[in-house]
Amino acid sequence: MKKLFFMLLALPTLAMASGAAIHLDHAPVNLNDQESLQRGARVFVNYCLNCHSAGYMRYNRMQDVGLTEAQIKEHLLYAADKPGETMSIAMRTADAKAWFGAPPPDLSVITRSRGADWVYTYLRSFYRDDTRPTGWNNTVFDKVGMPHVLHELQGQLAPVYRTEKSEDGKEHHVVDHLQLVKPGKLTQSEYDALVGDLTNYLNWMGEPAKGDRMQIGLAVLLFLGIFYVVAFYLKKEFWKDVH
Amino acid sequence: MSNLSVDPSKRRFLVTMTSAVGGVAALGVVTPFVMSMLPSARAKAAGAPIEVDLSKVEPGMQLAVEWRGKPVWVVNRTKEMLDSLSKNDPKLTDSASENTSQQPEYCKNPTRSIKPQYLIVVGICTHLGCSPSYRSEVAPADLGPDWVGGWFCPCHGSRFDLAARVFNGSPAPTNLVIPPHKYLSDTRVLIGDDQGAAA
Amino acid sequence: MQKLLNWVDERFPLTSTYKAHLSEYFAPKNFNFWYFFGSLALLVLVIQIVSGIFLTMHYKPDAALAFASVEYIMRDVDYGWLIRYIHSTGASMFFVVVYLHMFRGLIYGSYRQPRELIWVFGVIIYLVLMGEAFMGYLLPWGQMSYWGAQVIINLFSAVPFIGGALSEWIRGDYVIGDATLNRFFAFHVIALPLALLGLVVAHLVALHEVGSNNPDGVEIKKLKGADGHPLDGIPFHPYYTVKDILGTVVFLMVFAAVVFFAPEMGGYFLEANNFIPADSLKTPEHIAPVWYFTPYYAILRAIPPIFGSQFPGVAAMGIAVMIFFALPWLDKSPVKSIRYRGPKFKIALTLFVIAFIGLGILGVLPATPLYTLISQILSVVYFAFFLLMPWYTRNDSTKPVPERVTQ
Repeated sequence: MKKLFFMLLALPTLAMASGAAIHLDHAPVNLNDQESLQRGARVFVNYCLNCHSAGYMRYNRMQDVGLTEAQIKEHLLYAADKPGETMSIAMRTADAKAWFGAPPPDLSVITRSRGADWVYTYLRSFYRDDTRPTGWNNTVFDKVGMPHVLHELQGQLAPVYRTEKSEDGKEHHVVDHLQLVKPGKLTQSEYDALVGDLTNYLNWMGEPAKGDRMQIGLAVLLFLGIFYVVAFYLKKEFWKDVH
Repeated sequence: MSNLSVDPSKRRFLVTMTSAVGGVAALGVVTPFVMSMLPSARAKAAGAPIEVDLSKVEPGMQLAVEWRGKPVWVVNRTKEMLDSLSKNDPKLTDSASENTSQQPEYCKNPTRSIKPQYLIVVGICTHLGCSPSYRSEVAPADLGPDWVGGWFCPCHGSRFDLAARVFNGSPAPTNLVIPPHKYLSDTRVLIGDDQGAAA
Repeated sequence: MQKLLNWVDERFPLTSTYKAHLSEYFAPKNFNFWYFFGSLALLVLVIQIVSGIFLTMHYKPDAALAFASVEYIMRDVDYGWLIRYIHSTGASMFFVVVYLHMFRGLIYGSYRQPRELIWVFGVIIYLVLMGEAFMGYLLPWGQMSYWGAQVIINLFSAVPFIGGALSEWIRGDYVIGDATLNRFFAFHVIALPLALLGLVVAHLVALHEVGSNNPDGVEIKKLKGADGHPLDGIPFHPYYTVKDILGTVVFLMVFAAVVFFAPEMGGYFLEANNFIPADSLKTPEHIAPVWYFTPYYAILRAIPPIFGSQFPGVAAMGIAVMIFFALPWLDKSPVKSIRYRGPKFKIALTLFVIAFIGLGILGVLPATPLYTLISQILSVVYFAFFLLMPWYTRNDSTKPVPERVTQ
């Protein structure tokens, strides 16, 4: 009977074996790397926060990644007056819809819905596609509405196609990989590092309390361990009576 | 059930231990729930310190600003107004601002301010929370010939002088509250935060 | 102290209630692992009510504000994240505990005479709990909240003749909207919890009236000692209180591990799509109900439409839940506990467990022809367990039941 109980516990992992496969690169997220988070915050404020809001995130929460309120005010506070404000943007949703087709989503919890790996791969997978109104397409997010905002840094990638036969025998061109055709200001590894920092920041911003959560969790489990020992001996002592 | 080897003291000890650990657990559980009722980050942001430009306040006039949802008055006191303050002393409940909870340490002085000219005070009556009205005129008909300017609370008639000190016989028990504040420059003042100046 | 107690006792049955339900409630001494889950269910109920009250202090039941207010709780409220995770984890853990509690009833025949009413109250609790969970799931107003509720409410439109009007009445709108959110909030925070509390009291009163069953399925009240207490009974307090403290601590370790280290539980307790605000124009690619509903969802999908009507599937799903009520009267075995039952019941129960878990897994997966076929087979097994029970329990071989409980 107990076996069955543990089988139930194992259920989530069994059922996880589903979902289609776009290969995603592993995002270098590390909540303890404060310098990376700070660099990421700067990239976010400079490049993303013009069109995307992070409407649930307050600027002064960045004190949690080691910035002082003065630093936040001086280096990061362009779109707001007070560090206590949220990262909202001036663009109206209606305008955004007219410009991009769909309003750019709020990014407060983007890594919680998409996953950090997806964001990391997505930001490195833009390529030139003249059939798109923006001139850009993305291997992770086909027909994406967003142009490649970071192309000055990354440069331009072009797709290399490979031919594949589908089940009915027809041939298709599919993007095999992307190739750098026009270098940007950064080398590829520098660009990857920059996107890594940005993803790290976005991942942190998705749940700023996560660090606290882990720490408190450890203390709670340790405490419950002690509680278990005491409760175990208490039970043993009383159950001596029962024969 | 036979009580072969029951050691009552051991039992008592284990019950006490479990109760103690359980008590700690209960305390640990209660803490986050209690904390969740404190002002949230949003409330704190809305109640953040505000900056006021004093050059906008004309002599003798009062400027009302909002801090933490409460009116805060900034009064530019003229020389006559300041001179009149000491005359009130015998008629006041707490003329020397002895009640330390009503102002920061740096405002425990005859003018109840950092710069004598500018009074910065929370405009909430210490009686039942109404907001008194500014009556700077001298000896108006309704307040009597002794009135040298100050605040009069319309709710229950508390009277305060131009240093926001309460007159004897008013229902209000204490002087009005001076909020923590700090001069950022000669004419700019930060209300709501003195960045540790009181300590 | 004694004087005060006397004073109270003359006016309120404090001491006698304490005795009747704790210090002199005699429970069989042979409770095993499976007997933790009743008190744990009570514990989770308390956890949910307390954390729910504190969430209500900050949550806004308004379609324009709901999603943001949840993020507000997660970020701006001190320890709001903890309270929210406790509540979301508690919802899933409630079903974990209740399913295990129900399984205990199945294996030891706890629903058998004279405990039919305890079982009936329990099944009603289970139904109310499903309603509570379903309505609570809409409140975060994410994409899964929205589309999950959309699918479930649309089931009602499959009811012949009145379906369309019925689902509109439930929503209070033509789509799920502010009105739906507001009424679900009312049901979730007050109506259903009140019903739940009343039912739990009824469940416990009925239990303490007839006394607990045990893994041997023998009635301990038949054999009493000279003191009038059952020979195989021990007072609930202190013996089962200290044992339940131990069980509670272990349970809380599991609970805390989820809350602090895996609150999303790989997307099963909190789904990724629910971090996207509800959008009535865009359905997520794959929607599945939360894991505790998936066995029934799989049954729903397994039944093909008949004459273009989805109703048979919906009806089958409803019957799959309701059939639990009939259990006490379907079981004709002369013995209660699985320990003394013959192979037929054991095989039937094993198949049922496989069917239930299998349907649960299939309910999460997208419907393919193969999966649908498996779902159909497992649905048949599910219903056969109940419908054939009078037959296979009556002519099953049994072992002799002892007079007293075994160790």
